[in-house]
Amino acid sequence: MTADKRLTHDEVIASLSDGMTIGIGGWGSRRKPMSLVRAIARSSLKNLTVVSYGGPDVGILCATGKVKRVVFGFVTLDSIPIEPHFRAARQAGSIEVTEYDEGMFYLGLLAAAWRVPFLPTRAGLGSDIMRVNPGLKTVQSPYTDEQLVAVPALHLDAALVHMNRADVRGNAAFLGPDIYFDDVFLMAAKQRFVSTEQILETDDLLKEARVQQLRINRSMVDGVVGSPHGAHFTSCEPDYSRDEEFQREYASAIGDAWPAFLARYIDVDESAYQAAVHP
Amino acid sequence: MSNDATLAEYCVVACAEAFRGDGEVLASAFGFIPTIGARLARATFEPDLVLSDGEAYLIANDLPLGGTEKVVEGWIPFRSVFDVVWSGRRHVMMGATQIDRFGNQNISSLGPHEKPKVQLIGSRGAPGNTVNHATSYWVPNHSARVFVEKVDFISGVGNDRGAAGIKRIVTNLGSIDFVTADRSARLQSVHPFHSVDDVVSNTGFPLDVKNVTETRTPTDEELKLIREVFDPTNLRDSEVKQ
Repeated sequence: MTADKRLTHDEVIASLSDGMTIGIGGWGSRRKPMSLVRAIARSSLKNLTVVSYGGPDVGILCATGKVKRVVFGFVTLDSIPIEPHFRAARQAGSIEVTEYDEGMFYLGLLAAAWRVPFLPTRAGLGSDIMRVNPGLKTVQSPYTDEQLVAVPALHLDAALVHMNRADVRGNAAFLGPDIYFDDVFLMAAKQRFVSTEQILETDDLLKEARVQQLRINRSMVDGVVGSPHGAHFTSCEPDYSRDEEFQREYASAIGDAWPAFLARYIDVDESAYQAAVHP
Repeated sequence: MSNDATLAEYCVVACAEAFRGDGEVLASAFGFIPTIGARLARATFEPDLVLSDGEAYLIANDLPLGGTEKVVEGWIPFRSVFDVVWSGRRHVMMGATQIDRFGNQNISSLGPHEKPKVQLIGSRGAPGNTVNHATSYWVPNHSARVFVEKVDFISGVGNDRGAAGIKRIVTNLGSIDFVTADRSARLQSVHPFHSVDDVVSNTGFPLDVKNVTETRTPTDEELKLIREVFDPTNLRDSEVKQ
């Protein structure tokens, strides 16, 4: 029997440190590891580089001053197109950014996962992505005359993803329509953490998931955090949909309204949060 | 005008026309009117188009906006979308906060990128889309603030910078194509209720207006499909001012 990798939220946070590059799975306001994001938000961690198909994870970490740099292709709440807390941080000039095309972003993670220094693509050519990221280089194909963007490997110190089901050893399944890029985030990272709606016995995983959904295997995972409703208020289909009403409350908690939101929903432990949002 | 079609319905048909001749490619449309347009094109003159529900499924039936009774003909999670983008077998219709005469588009930020005056959604897939496959745009608020001499940030690449092909910009005033010697913008048609002068005075760059027609009238069959099948709750009217 391999190791029991169960961890608490606090144990995950204790293994992270200031200045790390942290990848966060999900997509926009969908299946984000929000309980771990909230745990970072109330920790003393700082100067983080956040790598994300961005949603409220990016917004919360910006609003709580955890972020030095965001690596992103977009930041959105889906049903609310612009993430207001990310917007506020950008317009205040309080964070640095690396803006990529969302496909380049995938290739950067994949290059890190595959241990190659870069992957080539046409995406980015001719656009201002090249202008604002002067470190991005092009390469000439060794076979043709074509110039391609060499997307550098996007190495992560840690990756956080939220899956519908997992066992204690780190095998995990998504049950919704899309895994997004969660497996790639894990493979691109040194420390790999999966939070999950429900921890099952290994031989029960395929009672709920199809084998094609069992995309995370234990060699890709260092820690498993049981976290029911842990993706709230983002969607976690088919377990639950996005909490649109709560998302509107979050999105309007800007400026003077932010301290009250912070006190009620973020500077509290996970059980208090869940009690506050599911009274 | 030969029937009671609304401005929004003319816009739908103009969006549908952008997909004419595309064949069996993934038509990805963002916004109510482009989505109705792509579905209408498939239901009428472009039957081979491949359409997704905007989540992760390819849909074979004529789905209303917000419809849930889906006939699924394929699975297309975001990772597979990139496979399609990079294969070139796609035609996207995106929005634009700013766009210039060659179709360079900005959805990233206004003002200096290091400290924007206004942060937008981010460049999303626009850089990769535009250099890999056909791209069109939908601009529901045609104004000189959108149609600018120079965009603040090039997210989507225009015809002068290596685009695979900017095909069409459909707006609330008319339809623009790029069938000119240098592949710059040309006013192709104006919707009823508006004039060529309306378009010119709301466009911040010189526009070729030598051969402008009136946007074609939706057929009775198209109006029936728009009103009864694709958009029975009339979301299309919320996207343009009559």
